[in-house]
Amino acid sequence: METPMIYYIIISTIMFFAGVYGFITRKNMLMMLISIELMLNAVDINFAVFNRYLYPDAMEGMIFTLFAIGIAAAETAIAIAIIINIFRHIRNIDAENLDDMKY
Amino acid sequence: MESIAQQVIFYLLAIVIVICSVLTVTTRRILRAATYLLFVLFATAGIYFMLDYTFLGAVQLAVYAGGILVLFVFSILLTSHPGERTPQASIVKRILGLILAIAGTAICTYALITYPFETIPLTGGELDVKAIGHALIGMEKFQYLLPFEAISVLLLACIIGGIMIARKR
Repeated sequence: METPMIYYIIISTIMFFAGVYGFITRKNMLMMLISIELMLNAVDINFAVFNRYLYPDAMEGMIFTLFAIGIAAAETAIAIAIIINIFRHIRNIDAENLDDMKY
Repeated sequence: MESIAQQVIFYLLAIVIVICSVLTVTTRRILRAATYLLFVLFATAGIYFMLDYTFLGAVQLAVYAGGILVLFVFSILLTSHPGERTPQASIVKRILGLILAIAGTAICTYALITYPFETIPLTGGELDVKAIGHALIGMEKFQYLLPFEAISVLLLACIIGGIMIARKR
């Protein structure tokens, strides 16, 4: 447990901004969703680390991470349902072709 | 002796997380991106185990690595040909993303390193599951029955919404 807290936070920072880069550069909606998962995961690590190192007697950060994991699962399931439905209509899941759905 | 082993494990996990999360967003093959994401999620579970949150690590493995990744792989196989390379984004977009990511990392790292966190020397050990269970199903202060029930309603709405969106007309 002697690892300094800052190491954990730097790892999660790198993970978060890798997610930001992927979200900007990808066109495929599934890849954008994967980037969002990376960002969510980085935030979850931060909650757990802050809880462990700054307030070791409380467990708010851990409970919050539990709820965040549950919500992330629900959100991903709905997003993938939408993406597959879009694929059925326009045979393509690139984000820039999405405005075809309007016509 | 034990602390040296912990250091080695921590650095291994750190290397896996950094390399695989960068590869996730740079590889051109989408199925490989999902595989690298799986490694990132495994290493995150390892970090939770190192922080002594074993229940959280188990949940991470079961829900993320076991559930969400399977959903991702299935939907990737449904919507693209295996081995297909996704087209590269335009050079302007890539440079913009790179600048944003590097600047963000630098600023956040600087802010975090200079901030004086007051870490408390760690006591206790592993958090037992009984305490977590009491915190989840209780109505006192620092107990979380209401969010727990809200999540259950959210999951029900999610099931119904998923069926409604994905069914054939």
